[in-house]
Amino acid sequence: MSSWVYVGLFFLVGLIIPAGAISAAWLLRPRKPNPIKQMTYECGIETVGDSWVQFKVQYYIFALVFLVFDVETVFLFPWAVKLGSLGMFAVIEGIIFILILIAGLAYAWRKGMLEWV
Amino acid sequence: MDFLKDPLQIAANWLFGILAGWGVADLWAQVLIGFLGIFLLIALLMVVDILLVWVERKVVSRFQSRIGPNRVGPFGLIQPFADIIKLLIKEDTTPEGADRALYNLAPVLSMMSVLILWAVVPLAPTILGVDLNIGVLYIIGAGAIGTLSIIMAGWSSNNKYSLLGAFREVAVMLSFEIPMLTMMLIPTIFAGSMGIAAITQAQDVWFFFLAPLAVIIFLIAAIAELGRAPFDMGEAESELISGYNIEYSGMKFGMFYAGELLHAFTFGSFWAILFFGGYRFFGLEKVSAFLAIAVLLFKAFIGYWIIMWVKYTLLRIRIDHMLIFNWKFLTPVAFTLLMVTAFMNALLAASPTWLYVGGMFLSNVLVAWISLELARFAAHKEREKTENTLTADARR
Repeated sequence: MSSWVYVGLFFLVGLIIPAGAISAAWLLRPRKPNPIKQMTYECGIETVGDSWVQFKVQYYIFALVFLVFDVETVFLFPWAVKLGSLGMFAVIEGIIFILILIAGLAYAWRKGMLEWV
Repeated sequence: MDFLKDPLQIAANWLFGILAGWGVADLWAQVLIGFLGIFLLIALLMVVDILLVWVERKVVSRFQSRIGPNRVGPFGLIQPFADIIKLLIKEDTTPEGADRALYNLAPVLSMMSVLILWAVVPLAPTILGVDLNIGVLYIIGAGAIGTLSIIMAGWSSNNKYSLLGAFREVAVMLSFEIPMLTMMLIPTIFAGSMGIAAITQAQDVWFFFLAPLAVIIFLIAAIAELGRAPFDMGEAESELISGYNIEYSGMKFGMFYAGELLHAFTFGSFWAILFFGGYRFFGLEKVSAFLAIAVLLFKAFIGYWIIMWVKYTLLRIRIDHMLIFNWKFLTPVAFTLLMVTAFMNALLAASPTWLYVGGMFLSNVLVAWISLELARFAAHKEREKTENTLTADARR
């Protein structure tokens, strides 16, 4: 049997147990809702305005920089696995690859992408 | 004696025999036994999780010169069970305007993302959920579901604090994922495999001695990834009240809380597996599977203890300082260490063990020393610049 079947079973059991705990609470807990109780919390005063608003762009810039590195690291994993049998040539090539990555980081750094504005 | 060495296989064979006697097809019998084994492992994890609540509360109170829970049962050991009853019968409100589907799914996913990580953890030489040959990648992928659950919880609550908390938490998690990924490449290079079991088997010399700096960087990145102090941006309770889980109560909050504790323990065990030999301890694991599990849990608890120690000792770092620390210091150092490790590994491949280990250790110390000196130099320059502008302002 493929080992991925077990992974699928893990996902299933991992979903069932927390869902079961929450359902048990749903059966046992009291229900007395009223409009004031259901307002979103805001330091004890009445809720003002919408929460889903336009937001600081800085977070997205960090996410973009992250994305580049994340994709590149996926390429590095096969390289790391086969490093022992490939010898010095592959090591040097991998180092050049990482240096290009770091050049990207240096570019983002110089452009001020990493500053918190 | 055989039962001590390999209890799970013997139990599985016995069950398989019974099921075959009942006339269940082989395939379904295998699936059923797998299901039972997984259920057993996850139930064990939940018990460990409940005990972690007690451990955490007891340890934090000792750090703060308190006694901690001591009323319910001996040493307060029954306290977490009382907490569970309280969580079960607590009224649960859904904030108006919340995205109900995402709001209810987030706590389940948060717990699931931790539980499925244990699929690839080798508890003993013979007890292992799934021996995936891409174990390290699986850990990263499954861990990403946790990030997803946080942004789901923060966004769907329709609350300003939770949205802020989720944004911060995700920014921190994404940023610190880079050094963590890089540090996971280093055991992969040494072991020549991404499988967690193969990495454990390859550690005749603990990888800690080959890459001490990687251990430290992995720990820092893991603490940030867990969202624990000093990197607890998502739930900075003095700024955002409770962060991304502010609108949750009852068992749903309980899932976030238990998930966070188990996540920390899980990273403690990964730390032990990747760098401290996992279940291996001077051949003790060959005596009995139970001893191997005990060794792994002991090492994982040491990792968990260090994470707790850091959490309750250090103050929270501001988010811009945190991200700058990651992008301008930790990430370059991590990549430099990766390059140095790959180069030294190839250079010393044919040399005797003492030279290999010594060379690796020294190169790590050298990288750490040079990067700290560079950071000190940059800090001095920065301070001089600030002082100069201050004096110039004063003169004006």
